[in-house]
Amino acid sequence: MQTDSPNALSRAKGSRPEMSHPDSVEAERWRMAAELVDGFDDGLNICHEALDRHVENGHGDQAALRWLGKSGETRDLSYADMRALAARFANVLTAHGLQPGDAVFGLMGRVPELYAGALGTLKAGMVFTPLFSAFGPEPIRTRMEIGSATALITTASIYKRKIAAWRDELKSLKLVLILGDEAPEGCVALGPALGAAAPEFDTVHTAPEDPALIHFTSGTTGKPKGAVHVHNAVLYHAFSGRHALDLTPGTIYWCTADPGWVTGTSYGIIAPLVNRVTMIVDEAEFDLDRWYGTIQRERVEVWYSAPTAIRMMMRTGAEAARPYDFSSLRFLASVGEPLNPEAVTWSAKVFGKPFHDNWWQTETGGIMIANQPGMEVRPGSMGKPMPGIEAGIIDRAEDGTLTELGDGQVGELALRPGWPSMMRAYLHEQARYDKCFVDGWYLSGDLAMRDADGYFWFVGRADDLIKTSGHLIGPFEVESALIEHEAVAEAGVIGVPDETAGEVVKAYVTLNPGHEPSAELERALRGHARKALGPAVAPREIVFRETLPKTRSGKIMRRLLKARELGLPEGDISTLETDES
Amino acid sequence: MTDFRAAYLEELTNIAPDIDPDTVGDDEHIQDDLELDSMDVLNLVMALHKRFGVDIPEADYPRIATVALATRYLESHVAS
Repeated sequence: MQTDSPNALSRAKGSRPEMSHPDSVEAERWRMAAELVDGFDDGLNICHEALDRHVENGHGDQAALRWLGKSGETRDLSYADMRALAARFANVLTAHGLQPGDAVFGLMGRVPELYAGALGTLKAGMVFTPLFSAFGPEPIRTRMEIGSATALITTASIYKRKIAAWRDELKSLKLVLILGDEAPEGCVALGPALGAAAPEFDTVHTAPEDPALIHFTSGTTGKPKGAVHVHNAVLYHAFSGRHALDLTPGTIYWCTADPGWVTGTSYGIIAPLVNRVTMIVDEAEFDLDRWYGTIQRERVEVWYSAPTAIRMMMRTGAEAARPYDFSSLRFLASVGEPLNPEAVTWSAKVFGKPFHDNWWQTETGGIMIANQPGMEVRPGSMGKPMPGIEAGIIDRAEDGTLTELGDGQVGELALRPGWPSMMRAYLHEQARYDKCFVDGWYLSGDLAMRDADGYFWFVGRADDLIKTSGHLIGPFEVESALIEHEAVAEAGVIGVPDETAGEVVKAYVTLNPGHEPSAELERALRGHARKALGPAVAPREIVFRETLPKTRSGKIMRRLLKARELGLPEGDISTLETDES
Repeated sequence: MTDFRAAYLEELTNIAPDIDPDTVGDDEHIQDDLELDSMDVLNLVMALHKRFGVDIPEADYPRIATVALATRYLESHVAS
């Protein structure tokens, strides 16, 4: 950033919860990040950084996105193409009466229109929320209600199966854009609408602290939380893309994450485009030969993936990888859940480069702790804090006071707030947001340990959230769907270890009078949950119980279910009122 | 002779009970059309292994991705 940067930066800190450093130190700390973006004289817009400025600086012909369709087709979009498509989106949204600040949701597979739609939304000063297209109707509806969705970009098939039935009940929703040339009644077909729209749009000069993205994340109790991120986050996307993933201009980069999750947006759209790389986008799901073939054919240089996929490759063995040429690979990174040491060692052997694990959350907006390029990889460790990031291991006493723990001790992983991509709010949930910040620390909810060399090691979740295939799942949302079934009285949902997915979702249920446990009922309940929640969230296993362990206040003790499942000590059960049977 | 089509459908809908076996088209893709995720596919492979003793290597997953393909695959790979 040029002369406007100090101004943008100082404005950026206004609404931050607790600052641990004086302005000058903070400005200095992020100066390196600010140098990677341009900004406007009077603001900052992610789309300008990701697309417009590259075209203006003469890079319009460079490929921004190479799309690999399911059936083997490819489509290349240059930076100029992407800017034009984003502009058309912005014009379509604006022509339908949408205003800056309105909430645009994206719900579809990995097609170029999803990427251009996200950027067009930002270009128009609106707020983008990606949803995972494999979600069932319930998680979609809950999130669109909390986010007061104004517009939705989706496909006819998803719309008919998951949205149409309740669309009229969501009063905020004014516009549904449907991929392709035809649209169901009450929706607008994107093909003709984009075709008719002008390919130019003056990017809105948003203020650095204007909301840009809302990512939903699961809570242990209650509804999912909408983490609000602002345009200023682009400083950290640029910086961490460069320094945690080695994204330099022209790099051929493949992020396998779906934009429906935060990784697929921060590092699947924004960080790569801001750093002017060429992104590979594969529409298809994991398929071993397709993946290996893609790396070889596209000469992928930087590859960002997830432990579940890496473990699936490992299952097949090194033999399956042998026919392929991986010599283009320069840097491999992994995120979503801890990468086991065996996977790190295996990847070094098979690809010639180890996967570098890193750690961050929806709330942090960007990579916080990483095995960084050029750093010695400690297999099994998440790495060291990024430059400018201060991390600590914290013990929370009964009375709420915090103590910072020393090396080798297990506690809650905490960060000093203040980096640009930190969430600014949980939408409409000030109290839940405030609870994340204590004594100048952001508390992550993850348990970890730091070794004497400064490397951090993940230990587990401090709460009941479940990590499956890299996705964070709130047990409450799953339990709520289960008890909607007429047979179910109560449900307790936990994660149980799984060698491929990390954890899988398992449910314990009690039944209403008139219903008996049976294999048919177990199937029916799983079917019900899959319909409501989608396969990624629904339990893979359901067991029946007469009663569930509960506290005196009637709360199901998931912790106890889990300890028993794992054969671990049951810990403090003084609050146990009714035991499991 | 084993009815591989019926057996495959049974394992498929056991893993994804939200699917009505009567509505599954022979050429519908289990991931693209029936919305199984990769964990489901892995579980399906394990279920078929348990039932028929057949080892399905990862590279062959595309060959069990529809009812029609899987029936043919099982017919030729399961020792009679």
